Amino acid sequence: MRLLTNKIFLALSVLSALIGLAFLGWILITLFIKGLSSFHFSLFLDDLIEGGLRNLIIGQFILAGIASLIGIPLGMAAGIYLQEYGRGRYASLIRDLSDIMMSAPSIVIGAFVYAVVVIPTGGTSGFAGAIALAIMMLPVVINTTDNMLSLVPRELREAGISLGASKYRVIIDIIIKAAKVGIMTGILLAFARIIGETAPLLFTSETSNYFSLDLSESFPSLTVSIYDLANEPEESSRDLAWAASFILTALVLVINLVGRFITRNKH
Amino acid sequence: MEKIFQKLSLSSASLVFIILIGIFFTLFNASKPAIDEYGFDFITNPDWNKEVALDSSLSTASDEIEDDMIMDEDEVMFDEDDMEMKTIFGGLVPIVGTLLTTLIALVFALPIAMGIAVFLAEIAPKNISHIVGIAIELLAAIPSIIFGMWGLYYFAPIVADIVGGYQVSLLTAGLVLGVMILPFMAAITRDSMNTTPSVLKESAYALGATKFEVIKDIIFPYSKVGIIGSIILALGRALGETMAVAFLIGSIFVLPSAINDPTISIPVAMANNFGEASGLGESALFYLALILFVISFGVISIAKFYFLKKVK
Amino acid sequence: MPVMNIKKFSFTYPGVDAPSLRNINLPIEKNKITALIGPSGCGKSTLLRAMNRIHDLYPGNKYDGKIEFLDEKTNQYRNILDIKKENEFIQLRQQVGMIFQKPTPFPMSIFDNVAYGLKIAGIKNKTELQDRVEVALKGSALWKEVHDRLNLSAMGLSGGQQQRLCIARAVAVKPEVLLFDEPTSALDPISTGAIEELIIELKKDISITIVTHNMQQASRISDYTAFMYLGDLVEYDKTENIFLNPAEKRTEDYITGRFG
Repeated sequence: MRLLTNKIFLALSVLSALIGLAFLGWILITLFIKGLSSFHFSLFLDDLIEGGLRNLIIGQFILAGIASLIGIPLGMAAGIYLQEYGRGRYASLIRDLSDIMMSAPSIVIGAFVYAVVVIPTGGTSGFAGAIALAIMMLPVVINTTDNMLSLVPRELREAGISLGASKYRVIIDIIIKAAKVGIMTGILLAFARIIGETAPLLFTSETSNYFSLDLSESFPSLTVSIYDLANEPEESSRDLAWAASFILTALVLVINLVGRFITRNKH
Repeated sequence: MEKIFQKLSLSSASLVFIILIGIFFTLFNASKPAIDEYGFDFITNPDWNKEVALDSSLSTASDEIEDDMIMDEDEVMFDEDDMEMKTIFGGLVPIVGTLLTTLIALVFALPIAMGIAVFLAEIAPKNISHIVGIAIELLAAIPSIIFGMWGLYYFAPIVADIVGGYQVSLLTAGLVLGVMILPFMAAITRDSMNTTPSVLKESAYALGATKFEVIKDIIFPYSKVGIIGSIILALGRALGETMAVAFLIGSIFVLPSAINDPTISIPVAMANNFGEASGLGESALFYLALILFVISFGVISIAKFYFLKKVK
Repeated sequence: MPVMNIKKFSFTYPGVDAPSLRNINLPIEKNKITALIGPSGCGKSTLLRAMNRIHDLYPGNKYDGKIEFLDEKTNQYRNILDIKKENEFIQLRQQVGMIFQKPTPFPMSIFDNVAYGLKIAGIKNKTELQDRVEVALKGSALWKEVHDRLNLSAMGLSGGQQQRLCIARAVAVKPEVLLFDEPTSALDPISTGAIEELIIELKKDISITIVTHNMQQASRISDYTAFMYLGDLVEYDKTENIFLNPAEKRTEDYITGRFG
């Protein structure tokens, strides 16, 4: 009887894993089939106004790129503070708040940026969207920097100090270098995460049918446009949404896998 | 130079604090008109964007609202008889929708996530556990809008075939939400389970316990706290999910009478209406945002402080 | 004159009531090797780490007494426990170097590792750097093995080589005192032997203090030995006296292996 219970339980567990894999497979296969059937290379050459995705893809990269330019240095600096300088309750508080912020609803961050950027500047803008993405990226970078730095052995820091180096030099020359690979992976994964976001962009930078590099206006976004296209009644819009979904997912998964591959080598 | 570096890193760290405080106060400020106007009744009032005559009671039937609900929440209509009208906003429907979709997601995801965690932590040999673990993490990396697309065109029709009812409904939204939080819950549960000291497990096996018994009697009790924390944390994330739910919940401000009825959630209400809202309507959306923020923050904090101290 | 003089020195870790070191009086003789021995927890590492004030990385320590360091130029002692300013700490550590139990190669090339202390001291001249790195590596008996791959990562070296690299790195800065905290306990016997020979060579130019839990090592290489127990300095004398004719019973018990 015990052995039977055991067997059933183990079978159920394997079944759950298969269910999880099945969902993954189902989604990926769906994307592959629907996306590929609507796929053609002119998608990369035409803008949305002509039925392509070029402006959206470039736009999404630009938004994520600017968010990274803001979020990565700030996040790393904060992570360095938490691990290297902060020692008391304030550092613990910031660490906890950062953890909480990581799971905070992205739409609320969109609403926040809407109130503090969009309303005062009188309209949606690429800047607002990038800022919203940067806010989302910040706690992730902080968390990864903090964790990767904590893995560096204490002796390495002491060795640097005992040579007469000042703390910041030890951090920059030695500690960050020692944690470099882990931090890079963390940053890549953070980038992959924000490039797939929709909600924070919905009413901060919206999207645009045209190619644009003007961040002061509504800015083209792949994710927001997928939402718009999916809501349009025309079949062709839906097909385009699928092609866009396929490209977006491919992008996100590739960046993810590259990030994991980098750390795998370190072992 | 050392001092500059120290100050810079301190300022960056303080940004977290500043932003969170900023979010709270900004939302509060922006919802103030709605809070002043509706107070706590906002939470229990199911009428969203409803025209009422100033001297009428709030007990008008919700049937009238069903027809003109989906877009343009900001139309201010004037009654032909020149009676003074005002638009009232009540948040009950999206609040209920948020809570119910999350609940459905939890109930659906929990057993599967636990099963996956057990598989990864205790059953699978190291290399299979590694590969399946990565697959599960990839599932977590898929953008939520993709879940919306797949959910709407492939998953929902199947659910609707089996259960009947609408394809866009509380149920389908909840189930897809469940698939989304599945990997997260599984990963943290697996990590919690892995904190069980090997000696404890080995002692049990040495007494002749089966794997099931070791998991049930040793590992689960030991990692109980972390597991509950993972569940609550997943709950906190599910509360704020927007895009997948937006595709699948139906987006109408009507309380569902059955689980397969369409309705709306807070993030979806915000997503659909923020662009065009103004005045009290916009303030009401901020009020919803504030409520969501407070609830999420509370739930995530509880998960973190009471349960997730051991893990990581 | 001793290069360092520890006078009535007591030390308490942050957040702890009882002191870890009580009233230590110990001279560090110039160009000699002084060994600190004793059972686990006796405070020998704590004492060593006070000598370059590395404890101060972790604020909240309590010091009592003095640790005097001889200024070569003025022939005056100054109390290193008085140091408060950043640049004075830096200067102290350039004069009193430290080698750790676990080899700590920096994630850079062999050359950059050895040159690191020099670069942060402001030496930029490429020729000077190359010369000093070569001297340091030769002085650590590592030059022959690495001179043709100075640009490769230090992480590729073996444990024993890495430790010799750390010694080269510390020596390049030309410190007056070198502190060794159980430098060979993580190494195999052959590497241990090589490093012991190296340390004996180094004392010609540098005053050395070594913490070791290996009594044989202490008796092999040191000129003076201090036996510590539970935070006290029990006995200090020339090494041969400590090992052949200890004055204190506790010392004798430890030497003969009755505890520890």
